[in-house]
Amino acid sequence: MLHLHTLWFVIIAIFWVGFFVLEGFDFGVGVLHTIVGRTDTERRVAINTIGPWWDGNEVWLIVAGAGMFAAFPAWYATMFSALYLALLLVLAALMARGVAFEYMGKSENPRWRRTWTWCTTIGSLLVPLLLGVGLGDLLNGLPIDSSHEFTGNFFDLLTPYGLWTGVTLLGLCLLHGATFLKLRTADELRERARAAARALGWPAIALVVGFVIWTRSVAGGPDVPDPVQVLAVIAVLFAARLARTDNDGWAFTASAVAVAATVGSIFINLYPNVMVSSTNAAYNLTVSNSASGPYALKVMTIVAVIFFPLVLIYQGWSFHVFRGRVRAPAPSDPPPPTTVPAAPSA
Amino acid sequence: MTNELARWQFATTSIYHFLFVPVTIGLSFLVALLQTAWHRNDKPEYKRLTRFFGTLLLINVAVGVVTGLVQEFEFGMNWSAYSRFVGDVFGAPLAMEGLAAFFLESTFLGLWIFGWDRLPKRVHLACIWLVAFGSMLSALFILAANSWMQHPVGYALNSHGQPELNNVGALFTNATFLWGYVHVILASLVTGSLVMLAVSAWHLRKQREVEPFRHAAQLSVIVLLPAILLQMFVGNKLGEIETKYQPAKIAAAEAQWENCQPCSFSAFQVGGGKNDQTPSQIIEIPHLLSVLATGTWNGAVVGLNQLQKEDEKKYGPGNYIPDVFIQYWSMRVMAYLGTLIALLALWGGWLVHRGTLERSKWFLRVSIWAVVTPFLMNTAGWLLTENGRQPWIVQGLMKTINANSPSVTSTDIWISLIVFVLIYIALGAADLVLMLRYGRKELDREDDEGDQFGAAKPGATTIPALTY
Repeated sequence: MLHLHTLWFVIIAIFWVGFFVLEGFDFGVGVLHTIVGRTDTERRVAINTIGPWWDGNEVWLIVAGAGMFAAFPAWYATMFSALYLALLLVLAALMARGVAFEYMGKSENPRWRRTWTWCTTIGSLLVPLLLGVGLGDLLNGLPIDSSHEFTGNFFDLLTPYGLWTGVTLLGLCLLHGATFLKLRTADELRERARAAARALGWPAIALVVGFVIWTRSVAGGPDVPDPVQVLAVIAVLFAARLARTDNDGWAFTASAVAVAATVGSIFINLYPNVMVSSTNAAYNLTVSNSASGPYALKVMTIVAVIFFPLVLIYQGWSFHVFRGRVRAPAPSDPPPPTTVPAAPSA
Repeated sequence: MTNELARWQFATTSIYHFLFVPVTIGLSFLVALLQTAWHRNDKPEYKRLTRFFGTLLLINVAVGVVTGLVQEFEFGMNWSAYSRFVGDVFGAPLAMEGLAAFFLESTFLGLWIFGWDRLPKRVHLACIWLVAFGSMLSALFILAANSWMQHPVGYALNSHGQPELNNVGALFTNATFLWGYVHVILASLVTGSLVMLAVSAWHLRKQREVEPFRHAAQLSVIVLLPAILLQMFVGNKLGEIETKYQPAKIAAAEAQWENCQPCSFSAFQVGGGKNDQTPSQIIEIPHLLSVLATGTWNGAVVGLNQLQKEDEKKYGPGNYIPDVFIQYWSMRVMAYLGTLIALLALWGGWLVHRGTLERSKWFLRVSIWAVVTPFLMNTAGWLLTENGRQPWIVQGLMKTINANSPSVTSTDIWISLIVFVLIYIALGAADLVLMLRYGRKELDREDDEGDQFGAAKPGATTIPALTY
């Protein structure tokens, strides 16, 4: 019989995976928007490809965190206090880029624009990198004592495997962002997105293959990669290959699967632990020793069963409403927003 | 030291966050009303007002959303002992908030911003209502969590002495929660309508676009007046509830050291803190404290000295009295400003009734400056309720001193405190610059539709805008 704490481990893994699949392309777009878009208008086109969605995508992270708090208080407490300075940077980055999307276009002052553009780029780069390091560390192990307290310092977080995981997720998010931009833009922007995806293809493949091999040695167990890891490698190969073609939809699907399988494999290899202690395996946090009581889990399960499908429906509908390519205004279309003197919010 | 710093950090970040939250809740409701008006009467000026105040809403939401992220992470980062201890109960409403409210609010806000010409009018209107509803729903869950800290219910202690949830319904029928939630929603409506009133008054003073801004000013007065009058009743009721469950909070707010019956209300005093319990100067109103705290003319209020003795007997030695100075003055800032705003609202209501609101120079002038007051009241209200809970983090269950993260050093917290303060100053400055600029802008021309929100003009649905 399925334990509720196992179910909640799966739900939380799904939220982390969903977060990286959805917000993953937002991060990619955030980093690549100055590369794919050269003028202010083109950059705005790039940002507007994620405009209606990025905020909703970020909620997947909030629910992943709040779900951990509710279902595995000890996991939430130990992980968030252990990753203290890393999460401080994550918060700073999320704040900078979140406000940047909204404020960037609200003034024409070049310094204002430049500042928010940098916030977008650096913020979007730091978040997947740092969260990747954090997720890698869960599996790799951190110094944790018998009372589940972290005993290390900031530099203990920078484990080689954690760093590799962070760079892998960053690389995948960039590739994912490129396939997304290629799917959502047209003409020159699409060609530049294609070029970006082409440049990112091989590095992403190398990172994922390295990640799969390294994960095998970190997680222990059989030397054969599990099916999800095989899927990650195949998907990233497909994504890199398809990104060169005109199959924009399939290329994006492949990069989404690659992200999902990579993040998912961390959790699959982690189970039944939720945080490994490098001090002593007996101090590991596990799904059973860090979970809430059965009543709280039952309540949360009912809430999730009611609301999660609703979320999928309306978020899916939002994706449906804004499907289709975003284009820069053709010179003949009056009035091009860049040159309208009375553009109301320029 | 570490504990003190963690408290400073939580106070700073949550007070700052709550500058933006009530504007979001209140203004999204008012913008939804404006759009509904446009939907019904089809007058273009209502659409222009919807877009105008919609932009102000979005400028504010941007900071509100990202500072909310900090709150969500901060429990685990700074208060891991607390999180470990109470997660079984306290985590549930937070997770519900994310699942039920945040997704709703963010998804439909995106649909609203970009959906002007993509969605059928009726569906687009529904989007802003869902945003308003989502923001109120998120306040519901967070208030249920907070009220549990004030008055823990619906749990039993397990074999490790930790609270375990055993009745989720109790979290949402907690008296502290019910009255506290209504209190916060009314405060948000007061805040939102005072912001809208101030902006409208500024335009009316300049004699610009008098017709539309007259409507906006009237609408804000119509929302403000019942909200502030109800608020005085609800705030008072919440005070009675707290007298019952957290007597020290209210006794400290009245600097009431000795038992009294009947109790007079101290309207203003000098001294009366821990070291000089008898104030040197005082203006008193007989019987008023009895009425406020107990709802009866001759009701008894237990003084802090007796409460301290009782708590020592129950929980062991320690200081169980919250900081009296903060309590006393935050209560007064909130109540006195609230009274002034109620007078302003009555004045405005009278002018709306007479149809001379846009010509009353003094009312417009006062209304512009009144925009500062809701932020002071909101901050004072939270100081009163959170400081009044001390020394407890969860009343009667866990002390704040035991709640911070053992593995986080004071250096860590110094670093994060400085980083947050710097970022918040920058965000606050950017927000203020934009609010002042966009608040003073002229309304969009009717034929400009589309540009501002990144939505395309009809028939050319692929044009993005530089801004949204």
